[in-house]
Formats: sequence, C-alpha cells, structure tokens
Amino acid sequence: MMQSAKISVQDFSLYYGAFHALKKISLGFPPRSLTALVGPSGCGKSTLLRSLNRMNDLIAGVRVEGRVSLEGSNIYDPDVDVVPLRKKVGMVFQRPNPFPMSIFENIAYGPRVHGEKKRSRLQDIVEQSLKSAALWDEVKDRLDSPALKLSGGQQQRLCIARLLAVEPEVLLMDEPCSALDPIATEKVEELVMDLKKKYTIVVVTHNIAQAARISDYLAFFYLGEMIESGVTRQLLTNPTKHQTEDYLTGRFG
Amino acid sequence: MKKNSVETPSTHTIHKDPGARKEKTIHIVLLLAATVSLLALFLITAFVVGEGWPVMVKHGPLNLILGTDWTPSRLSFGMLPQLTGTLLVTLGALLIAVPLGVGCAIFLAELSSEKVANLLRPCISLLAAVPSVVYGFLGVIALVPLLRSTFGGSGYSLLAGSIVLAIMILPSIINISEDTLRALPIDYREASLALGSTRWQTIWRVLLPAARPGIVVSIILAMGRAIGETMAVMMVTGNRAKVTGALLDPGATMAGTIGLEWSYAADEHSSALFALGTFLFIVIMLLNGVAQLVTSRGRVSQ
Repeated sequence: MMQSAKISVQDFSLYYGAFHALKKISLGFPPRSLTALVGPSGCGKSTLLRSLNRMNDLIAGVRVEGRVSLEGSNIYDPDVDVVPLRKKVGMVFQRPNPFPMSIFENIAYGPRVHGEKKRSRLQDIVEQSLKSAALWDEVKDRLDSPALKLSGGQQQRLCIARLLAVEPEVLLMDEPCSALDPIATEKVEELVMDLKKKYTIVVVTHNIAQAARISDYLAFFYLGEMIESGVTRQLLTNPTKHQTEDYLTGRFG
Repeated sequence: MKKNSVETPSTHTIHKDPGARKEKTIHIVLLLAATVSLLALFLITAFVVGEGWPVMVKHGPLNLILGTDWTPSRLSFGMLPQLTGTLLVTLGALLIAVPLGVGCAIFLAELSSEKVANLLRPCISLLAAVPSVVYGFLGVIALVPLLRSTFGGSGYSLLAGSIVLAIMILPSIINISEDTLRALPIDYREASLALGSTRWQTIWRVLLPAARPGIVVSIILAMGRAIGETMAVMMVTGNRAKVTGALLDPGATMAGTIGLEWSYAADEHSSALFALGTFLFIVIMLLNGVAQLVTSRGRVSQ
C-alpha cells in the first residue's frame, strides 16, 4: 500500500503549540480509491487531512515533524510553494462554503486565478465541472443566480464542482455530509463513489455506516494516534485492536 | 391539596405582578427618550428650513443653486461656488482617503500580525479624536506653505482642504472596512486558498467583493463627514466664492461659508446662509439614504 500510494505520510507528528495532536502517523493513500479517516472527536483525523495540503499553515503555532509525500516529494520541504500544491490537492469542507457570487462565478473562480481568461473556455469548464458534480441539470438554467440561494446539498456539490474545475489530483473531504440531510447526503455519496474512479480521495467522517458504504480503505484514529488501518471490509468485520472494536461497537465516540 | 394546586398557577397567570408595571414604566421612559431625539431632528429641520425660507422664496431655489455670484453686500446669493467647492473638496478627499483607508483596512484585517494591528488600531482611533480645529491649524502651519512652495500661488486651496479632510475621514473608512472584512466567514478564505489561489487573489477576488457593501457604507459615511466639515476646511481653502474646476485654486465650501460669515450676517444674508444650510442638509440626508439602501441590499444578496 505504501509503495503505490499517491500521497502518503511517514512518521508524521503535528503540534499545536505544546499540544501533541498527531503522533508519528504513517499511512498511504492509494490512487483512484477512497480512504476514510474515522475516530471520535478530537482524535486528529481532521488535522491529518488538513496537513495533506498544508491548510494547517493558516493556524498560528503549528509545528510538524516527519514527511508527507506527494508522488515521492515531501510537501513540507522548505522550497515547496503551497499554491500549486493546493491546486493539486484540493479540499471540500464540513460546511458548504460557496463564495457570495453567482453559481458560474464560483466555478470559474479557480480557473480564473490560475490564468484562464477566455470566456468560451470558462463556460466549458463550468459545464464540465457541474456535470461531473452531478449538479448541471439542477442549475443549468440559473448559472447567474447567487450560489448561496442553493440548498445545502446543492451548495456542497457546487463546492465539489468548484474544486474539480481546477483539475486536482487528490480530493480531501472534511466531513462533507455532516451539515446535510439524508437525501442530500445520499447524492453526495453517489457523487463521491463516481469520483473515486478518477481521483485519489480522502474523507474524514464520523459516520461508520458512511465509511462502510463509500470507502475502500479505512484508518482508525484515537487520541492523536492511528490505531490501525486496512481494507475497509476487513477492518470493519475483523478489527485487531480493542480500541477499534470498542469504537465500532459504539462503546465510545 | 387539590385546591392549592389549582390556585397557585392562577394567581400567576391572571394577576399582574408588580414587575410587569415596572417593565411598562421603563418602556415608556425609553420611548420618551427616543421621541426627544426624533423631535430634536424635526425641530432642527423646521428651524433651518424656516429661517432660509424668505431667501428661497425671493430668489427661487433653482436660481440659488445655479447662481455663480455670491456677494452678500449686494444681496446676491448664487450658491454654485460653494456647491462646486464642496463637491471638489469632498471628491478630492475621497480620492486620497479611499485607497489609503481600504488598503490600511486590508492590511489590518488580513496581513498584519495581531501585535502590529493592536498597536496601529489605537493610533487610528486617536486620529479620529483629534479636534478638527487642530487639523486646520496643522494645515495652515504645514500643508499650506508646502503647497505654496511646490505649486506656487497662496497655498490656500481646495487641494489643501481635500488633503486635510482625507486625513480626517481616514479613521471611519479604516474602521468600518476592517470590521466588515473581519466579519467575513473564515470559510471564504479557506475555500479560496484550498483552490490554490494566493493570498492576494483571495483578498482581491473574494474578500473585497464580499465586503463591498460595508466598504461602500464606510465611504458614504466618510463622505457625509467630509461634506459637513466646517472648521478645518474653512481654515485652509481660502474661502473665495468663485466657481472653479482647479483643485489648486482657492475656493469656498457650503459649511465653510456658513461658519465664516455667520458671525456678521444679518437679515437676508443670514437667511441665505440658512438656505445654504438647507441644501447641505438635503445632500447629507440623500447620502445617508443611499448608505442605508446599500446596506439593506447587501444583506439581501448575501
């Protein structure tokens, strides 16, 4: 799993000031598959996710040790520019966060900041991205209306479309369905199942049932440590560590 | 037992307890306070308009606004010099203060460390606390001689007024713009950065457009302040009541003229100053209306 990984972490530790939030994590994320990070609140799974495209850089007092390798090169090397890194490794957040602009402008934003100016090209990108995010049919007649008028589920798919428009290689999703109702959740899950044929996806989720439905690989975190990881079905039916079993059977969480 | 359990709640629901009466008293007192301020506004309006009325009727408001000659000794009250003077001074002040103020707000809200921001913010508040006569004084002592030696002429000019005003309105532009930027959800920044945009692209393409309603309001409020400012402007503009398009010419403003001539004006002259005040009042009310429209529209679209 480590050798063929698209992106992997090795002996990775992270501190918020004095707080040791991640303890020597080693984990690989295979290409064109979905890895779910699960565990109780505060276990470090979101922190790990945000380390994969250096979103943690925005927080003051964060210090890291170890490596995060994207296709072999360490993204924490001093000469790495986070801007192209984040274009390659994009992120969808817990709360849908469209910009206060039209649907079209939301999707066109990414390509625009990366230099695309031609209107016809932008139109193509917007249409393609919305189609890939299974949102095109719902919004094609109102691309100029404000994105914030969409429902929560539509907003989240819009955010995914916005991400796809910059042609990332890895998609990071931080509890992408936790703010959505069951029907919207189902739609986002369907979309994610479709996207994992093309992209390397890492999803943080609280929801074991969801992890079981959508993920190929699973990693279980507890108090900043990765307790175990493996193929989802195996890990769910046959956990080797007692913490994993306790969590899965609902003894804590 | 049964009797008690029925009676206890009923005394609570039916009879007014003393607390309710106290609430009502407080309500009335506060209502009165609100009425007083409303009444004050109404009285001021009525008084200013009433005092200016004779001149308005005699010359006609349009003639007053479009007249180019202001010579009180000949009872000639053309207000175009003051109108254009006010407009130019205000426009000049905004041209200087808006880029500077919004830039400073961006720096404070997005770029500077908390330490630096905490050092700068009190200084900006202090800028707002300096009395306007002191600004005028500084203008006369430092700015006017500088303009004189740089551009020639007397130095007393609309430009001098613009520069002094620009410094005076900076704090309100900075404060409101910074507050608006800070109030934007962190989500916008994260979403933008996570798409691989730079910090500057995030500020320029996402945060500034999102903060536009607040920034526009800050500019309009600053404009209101600039239009009404009397003392500092009066001290540095030269107060020559002549229509001019050149910022380096001396000129007069509406508020400045009122402040300057009030002490010796009598009869029709004094009425003319009130008419000038009425127009000033109308301009400022219109601006406030626009500010309110912008804020409410901003709220709807977000």
